Amino acid sequence: MKGLGELERAVMEVLWAREAPATAREVGRALADRDLAHTTVMTVLDRLAKKGFLARERDGRAWSYRPADTREGYVAELMLGALALSGDRDAALAHFARSVTGDEAAALRRVLEDLE
Amino acid sequence: MTSWVALAALSLATLPGAELLSRARWTWRTPRIGILLWQALGLAWGLATIGALLGFALSPYGAGVLHGLFALSEDGSGLGLHHKAALLAGMALAGSLIGMLLLSGFRVVRARARHRALLSLIARRTGRGGTLVVDHPEAAAYCVPGMRSKIVISAGTLELLDSRELDAVLAHEHAHARERHDLVLLPFTSLPRIGLVARSLDAVALLIEMTADDRALQDRPPRELAKALLRFATAPSAATPSCALSALPEGGPVMARVQRLLNPAPRPAWVQSAALVSAVLLTSGPLLLWVLPH
Repeated sequence: MKGLGELERAVMEVLWAREAPATAREVGRALADRDLAHTTVMTVLDRLAKKGFLARERDGRAWSYRPADTREGYVAELMLGALALSGDRDAALAHFARSVTGDEAAALRRVLEDLE
Repeated sequence: MTSWVALAALSLATLPGAELLSRARWTWRTPRIGILLWQALGLAWGLATIGALLGFALSPYGAGVLHGLFALSEDGSGLGLHHKAALLAGMALAGSLIGMLLLSGFRVVRARARHRALLSLIARRTGRGGTLVVDHPEAAAYCVPGMRSKIVISAGTLELLDSRELDAVLAHEHAHARERHDLVLLPFTSLPRIGLVARSLDAVALLIEMTADDRALQDRPPRELAKALLRFATAPSAATPSCALSALPEGGPVMARVQRLLNPAPRPAWVQSAALVSAVLLTSGPLLLWVLPH
């Protein structure tokens, strides 16, 4: 059996690919080849909603889910953290180096040219 | 001389000490020992300042800092207004330093948890020892430290670097992860980033990068890492911060790292020994003054 993390990912893929919100049953149908129990799908959707990655609203008797943000939005969030906006000074992530501009970049380019 | 006067003198002395150390270049030759000295200096400042305040507050007992605290717990009365104020200030300083450290740690853990959750939804794995890749054109390489640290690179990084340069970058990030450099940095990032504290933080952050650089060099020539650094720093980025890091006369922290990779300076043994001895004295000095009985 594959881990819950992998399932969460698959469920997000399904919802990102859809235009409209989906219920647990619809998500289960989209992942029919995995042969998941209905309760499993509900658990995964519930977890993702609690983590804030899915928004949900009542659709009759069932919940209807949609992604809280687009895939690109989340990529942008990751990169914002990664691209030195908080910088090497932040202890949350350890960056390799951050990009520079102007005279400093020009000086670095000259050194790089000498090395090549 | 009573111990609180010595503690106050030590507390004051750590400030020009930090100023000097933040400008020092010799630490770049032995970044590990440089970091150790910074830690000792920070600890000495905290212990000496809190000790001086408490020691002055408790001086009517004539029992030193630690024994004075015992005396206070047995007999709370008999302190004048000045002494009570100093007692309050010492307690407040100790409390806020610990509080800021805890708060900072809490924030870091929360930010990392969010980051990891996003990675597990979005990033794909590469063949290179479980390194994660995020599909974004800009260059980024970093480590999410933790019990199970994750090394992450962007698709832009794969475009930017050749295979050997990438290996050098990954070795650098693995060094951060293995040696938990985030924990080294945490006490410094928990303080307000102004003035001398900000300059100290920059200096420590740079020494940590240099330590990871050294570690990455252990099984490869320095040229690859230097080229990777240069490519990274000059890669186009929409997110370049507007405020520059403290301007180093040599042309910025990246240039400093590149220069020491390409032209390694000798590491005199006496400098290392002197720095180690200073670190030991800085830590043990205030501790000794705390327990002195008068």
